[in-house]
Amino acid sequence: MASLRTYVIVRTLMTIPIVLILLTLVFIILRVMPGDPITSMVGMKAPPEYIEMLKEKAGLNKPLIIQYLDYLFGILRGDFGRSLIWGERPVLYEIFDHLPATIELTIFGFAVSVIIGLITGTIAGVRSGTKTDNALRIYSILAYATFIPWLGMMFQLIFGVYLKLLPISGRIEPSLTIDWKPVTGLYVLDGILTGRLDITIDALKHLILPSITLGIVLSGAYTRLVRANIIEVLGQDFVRAAKARGLSEIKVLRHVLKNAFIPVLTMMGLQFAILLTGAVLTETTFSWPGMGTFLLERIKYVDYTTIQGTIVFFALFVSIVNLVVDILYALIDPRIRY
Amino acid sequence: MNIVNAILEKLKTMGLLRNSNALFKAGIIIVAGIIILSALAPLLTPYSPIVGTGDELAPPSLKHPMGTNNLGYDMFSRVLYGARTVLTVVVSATLLSMAIGVPLGLISGYYGGKVDRAISIVMDSMYAFPSLILALAIAAVLGASLINAIIAIAVVYVPTYFRMVRGQTLSIKSLLYVEAARALGASDSRIITRYVFPNLLPTVLVVFSMNIADAILTEAGLSFLGFSVPPPTPDWGADLRVGHSFMLAGYWWLVAFPGLMIMLLATGFALIGEGLSDILNPRREAVG
Repeated sequence: MASLRTYVIVRTLMTIPIVLILLTLVFIILRVMPGDPITSMVGMKAPPEYIEMLKEKAGLNKPLIIQYLDYLFGILRGDFGRSLIWGERPVLYEIFDHLPATIELTIFGFAVSVIIGLITGTIAGVRSGTKTDNALRIYSILAYATFIPWLGMMFQLIFGVYLKLLPISGRIEPSLTIDWKPVTGLYVLDGILTGRLDITIDALKHLILPSITLGIVLSGAYTRLVRANIIEVLGQDFVRAAKARGLSEIKVLRHVLKNAFIPVLTMMGLQFAILLTGAVLTETTFSWPGMGTFLLERIKYVDYTTIQGTIVFFALFVSIVNLVVDILYALIDPRIRY
Repeated sequence: MNIVNAILEKLKTMGLLRNSNALFKAGIIIVAGIIILSALAPLLTPYSPIVGTGDELAPPSLKHPMGTNNLGYDMFSRVLYGARTVLTVVVSATLLSMAIGVPLGLISGYYGGKVDRAISIVMDSMYAFPSLILALAIAAVLGASLINAIIAIAVVYVPTYFRMVRGQTLSIKSLLYVEAARALGASDSRIITRYVFPNLLPTVLVVFSMNIADAILTEAGLSFLGFSVPPPTPDWGADLRVGHSFMLAGYWWLVAFPGLMIMLLATGFALIGEGLSDILNPRREAVG
């Protein structure tokens, strides 16, 4: 297993330059672009003293290189800055307040997309070249081209406004959470942990429309990937051998699925960035109090340090998830080594 | 002119102009249809997209085929003129990304070495970052306007072109005819422009149309979140944002049509891309 250890170490070390570059990119985008961020965000009409005050508070009056080093070393110490508004609260605390909502949404959205993708992809792969396959190809294109807020709104209209079956905004019915303290911030889990099943059920009800919206739009990519893998694996010798030995269709399919799923895992890393983009739009549509809603609200209030901290956090988050996915992939597939 | 001829030659030899497939045709019909409708907008509707008709929140009727919004703007007119906004932003942005990403990818892939590694790691980092959040950060810093939306979207897609062109350049540069050109004493710049670049074009074309489809969704996302063209400019994503609260009161036509148009236009470009890649890479059996 020594080679696996090498792989994990090298892959982890590789994350350092990637993170450094992302942090630098965020800095360049937010600071070095023409004009200064505060003025362009507040607008030209704000009194100059107010703008100066905000710039002073955000440390934007120091030389650029000092700002850059302050910024890098701050993040290294886990200091993401303090909010310019909301009583100078550390940005990291605020991020952790909103992160669980986004994680809960992305987990469920991701699950929906993988389930739809596996089912449709397997069918398309097994029936490749038929009308079903073609129809599923069109499905994958349409799913990809669907604008998340629009699909979400159509669901809100049908299931919320007309049928009145499901809640269309927020994470939970506020009256349920009076004198209730969440443990992890993931409400579905917290309900179980604190013995409040009513909360778990209500949280699940709130999750249905947002996660199906997010899941459908992302499922198209999995449909195609699973299909391509199924076709490839079906053509391999071991499948023909298994069939020749008289294994039943279902048993053969089980082997095929296991082998076809490995490449799907690598795509999950890349899909994660797409998942986060989708989550921002889904959150806005369903007034979901997660990271996307939070970031947009702070952009509106020109809370510059919080905006920077949140974007930095996204960068770190994506890099770490990609690292974890790559390591998982190496664990499953022994061919991945340095 | 040389390059245009080269593209046409290439397309002809690949049989693209003769036997295209169903996906490609469907895509062309959708995209051309939307372009023609938006170009003919003044003939198709008597209403301006930014002047109230005095008829507020009117449901779809013969007079207003897609109804009117809360300010009495005719939605059909806004949908038609909105196509102009979306296409302007998206096509300019993707052309800009292409203009930056393709040369960078060519240089990086052709010369290799330290510069290549440096550019590659920057591009890979950007590629891994959630596209809408990156565009949002740029647009928020620059302020909401048409030009800034173009810049924000262009930055996001540079890595897409870079990665594809770099990869292709790596494989093309080791091909026999490139070796032959080099042996005959052709300069690097001549090899890049005359031998490598023309061979990239078909793939660039596929990526370009796929990329436009993706950029349409990013533009819609930016304007839905309030970071693209300022009101009252007609724009589908912005109309969805404005219409959302009214939709919850049952005024569905404020959001249904702009959202359908986003999907239709993105589907059109995605179909063109799919069709093109089927034609260029005929292993996958075509639909229809």
